[in-house]
Amino acid sequence: MPSYSFNLNGSPVTVDAPADLALLWVLRDKLGLTGPKYGCGLDVCKACTCLINGKAASTCSVKMSSAAGKNVTTIEGLANGNTLHPVQQAWLDIDVPQCGFCQPGQIMAAVDLLTRTKTPTDADIDAIENMCRCGTYGRIRQAIKSAATMMP
Amino acid sequence: MRDPDFSLANARNAADEPPSLPINRRSLLGYAASAPVVTAAVGLAVTPTKAEALPLPLTPPDTVDTYDVGDSIVQTSAPTMPLVHLSIDSSGVYTMALPRLESGTGVATALAMMIAEEAGVPLSMVRVTSADAQPELVYNQITGGSCTVRAFEPLLPAMVLAARLKAGLPPQSGRPTDPSQYKVLGKRYGKLDARDIVTGKKKFTLDQNVPGAVPTMCRMPSQIRGTVVSVNNRAAVLAMPGVIAVETIPGGGTIVGIPPGVAVMAETFGQAWDACNALNISWGNGPLAGQSDATILNTLRAAIPPLLPAPLGAIAIDAEFTWKAATACPLEVECAIVDATKPDRAEIWAGLQTPIITTQAIALDLGLPLGSVTAHVIPSGGAFGRRLFWDPVQVAAQISKKTGRICKLMYHRSDDIRHTRMRPPQVHRVRATLLPKTLLTAGNVLSYQQSIGIVRLDARHGYGEIGTATAGSLPPLVAQTVGNLGYEQFFFKTMVASPYNFGVNAKLLFPVPIEMNTVSYRSVHCNPSGTVEEIIVDEIAAKLGQDPVQFRLQFLRLPRAKLVLQTVVAAAQWGKAMPAGFAQGVGIHMESRAFSACIVELDATDPANCKVTRVTMAIDVGNPINPSGVEQQCNGGIAEAISLVLKTGVTIKDGLPQEGSYKQYRFAKMADFPKNVQIIVMPNVGDSASGMGEVGMTAPSGAIANAYARATGIKPRNFPLNAQPAFTPTPPGQLPVPTQIA
Repeated sequence: MPSYSFNLNGSPVTVDAPADLALLWVLRDKLGLTGPKYGCGLDVCKACTCLINGKAASTCSVKMSSAAGKNVTTIEGLANGNTLHPVQQAWLDIDVPQCGFCQPGQIMAAVDLLTRTKTPTDADIDAIENMCRCGTYGRIRQAIKSAATMMP
Repeated sequence: MRDPDFSLANARNAADEPPSLPINRRSLLGYAASAPVVTAAVGLAVTPTKAEALPLPLTPPDTVDTYDVGDSIVQTSAPTMPLVHLSIDSSGVYTMALPRLESGTGVATALAMMIAEEAGVPLSMVRVTSADAQPELVYNQITGGSCTVRAFEPLLPAMVLAARLKAGLPPQSGRPTDPSQYKVLGKRYGKLDARDIVTGKKKFTLDQNVPGAVPTMCRMPSQIRGTVVSVNNRAAVLAMPGVIAVETIPGGGTIVGIPPGVAVMAETFGQAWDACNALNISWGNGPLAGQSDATILNTLRAAIPPLLPAPLGAIAIDAEFTWKAATACPLEVECAIVDATKPDRAEIWAGLQTPIITTQAIALDLGLPLGSVTAHVIPSGGAFGRRLFWDPVQVAAQISKKTGRICKLMYHRSDDIRHTRMRPPQVHRVRATLLPKTLLTAGNVLSYQQSIGIVRLDARHGYGEIGTATAGSLPPLVAQTVGNLGYEQFFFKTMVASPYNFGVNAKLLFPVPIEMNTVSYRSVHCNPSGTVEEIIVDEIAAKLGQDPVQFRLQFLRLPRAKLVLQTVVAAAQWGKAMPAGFAQGVGIHMESRAFSACIVELDATDPANCKVTRVTMAIDVGNPINPSGVEQQCNGGIAEAISLVLKTGVTIKDGLPQEGSYKQYRFAKMADFPKNVQIIVMPNVGDSASGMGEVGMTAPSGAIANAYARATGIKPRNFPLNAQPAFTPTPPGQLPVPTQIA
């Protein structure tokens, strides 16, 4: 089985995995990081969203071989110690989560958006396709706008 | 969102005043109340008086006002409440092992707040954990009917007192009688687990670290409850990288049948999925072979007896409505971890709304004694009623036993839609009879009949333990039993009410024993039947030449319903001018002792792709424990309403749901959710807490449908209303091929 190295939440890791194994399963089943969730495996629900080289990606649909050598950030690596990322803090301030299952992916998608633009429009937020079955969309929108004002 | 001005508290009294009755009304009332509808109508028709402008009394009185399904659970829960674990440690921290599933509804946080208020401690001194299956609780470990808070509210003082005495503390002074003195209740709190959620630390079932648990996925049949005829390349699939086992799921099952299919265990879920796709399986037909939406709806239509004719002199509004099946599709797919490797016991980790019967049924499935199975109830990623049954646990238990390994089972999303339990498809026939408006009279409603032909709803979970479940499931594995029919009718009659004085008001359920996987989806009967009623209410008002809001205010039976309506009417500027192609719509609903009203604004400039642009909703839950959580449940209700009224449903073709992903089952996304949402939580004026988990769906559902009718001129009849884009379904009996974006 081939071996791959990449940076995971700021630290280098090496893992033995088949080349075409989706990064989501490398993270969850081989490295024990359970923040990114499985929701469909088809790049549709986006519950598995992480940052690859700073950009949001559905890790269910990214092969291990193409993630090799890159910087991967999961929800577990977003906070700086006990200091939450502004998006995480906004999520708490607005009380966004209900069941919480989609929220790691939602937060990572929001971080990606706010990295691209400091002043997200409603159209920018509408373009986030992460599914939430509980109906947290309204509060996600509020939280993204709130986090935008707190971003460094 | 801020709580409304407390002056609303006084408005209840104004809404409560009965309308002043003309003197000649009184004799008429007594006559109408005691007479069959035809007689009453004739009497009214030949005696036109001004009194006709007023509603008839409800005949007979609506029993759900005094006893609902939640009451039945509250009652059956009460005797074992002292067995719920509530303890106080040496540092004064209260810990409750909550015998209910936290699936995102906020019940754990609400209970913690209630304990804090009762005990007079800050919320930080209260922990609420998820209780393992506790068979000694009997009927007191079922999560459903929006009644968790209702079940605990009256008994919490005794529970806190018992815990304090046991800890050597004096009795508590208790929750203040005056709600304005509350220190915790009614204040906004985030979820207890919110920080864990936003940091990725919250552990759902598949996140549990159970050493030795092996990833497992399934291929499921080409039709609902189809059969596995043969696995044709087992050896080849076993030789694939990472594959550990390939096993056909055995048949049988206790209370409910074990879902059929073929399971693959592998080192990772990715490899299990690949191996599932590589399997060559010959499938046998299921019980719905050849059946599609159209044939099923025709069967349901045939089950509805003729409605009573309109009496002489009355006019009838007749309508037929169809609802496709709906799938709960929680973000967390069906999953379970089961260790059935030991000869004398088994252990379960799963999100379970009925953990006691789960352990009992699994014990019987495995041939173990009843008390030998334990279940850890893991807070779930949504439930919406889906987890009232334990289907994935059945599969995982069998595969664990067969392989001698701990099975960590995950359904593919495709099968989470195709092969799990749905809200049944249904046909509603309605006839409302009216006395028309004349020069002298305002017109009136004489009767309202709504008959529902529906695929039978599986209620064999009973009250969540072996006695009531067995009573509902004899003879075993029969699609419709007398016991299930009994539960079904009981649940219907104790859930579905009418907020209106419509003379003789009859809603009847006609279940048809079609073997489909069904379950009490959130607000199961209330949502479709209430939405239909709200649509007809608008059509009655139009026939009588009345404004929909004024008509409702005239005919609503209960002051709390009127007050939520008056509240949204003011906040939403009802009746304001709307651009061409846009319209407002109004809906109202009561359920689980709670009342809600909603006004939406709908963009129907493309009538095939309508979009909700604004929602104003008022919610009266009596005692709003956590207003932030109440708003969240309303947001969830709005998302459900947009999805089921406008956007999506399950399409059945040759015995199989066609949808297999969120791209095909188009539940609302961010772009579908209105940017302008105002939720007004009605203040506590001393009522006890009502249910909140389900009541939020139906007022927006009715409001959206009514806005659609007003904007397009098209009567909403067949849901979903928006055009359904064509898609290429995954072939029957297969899973989709993984997507690769890089």
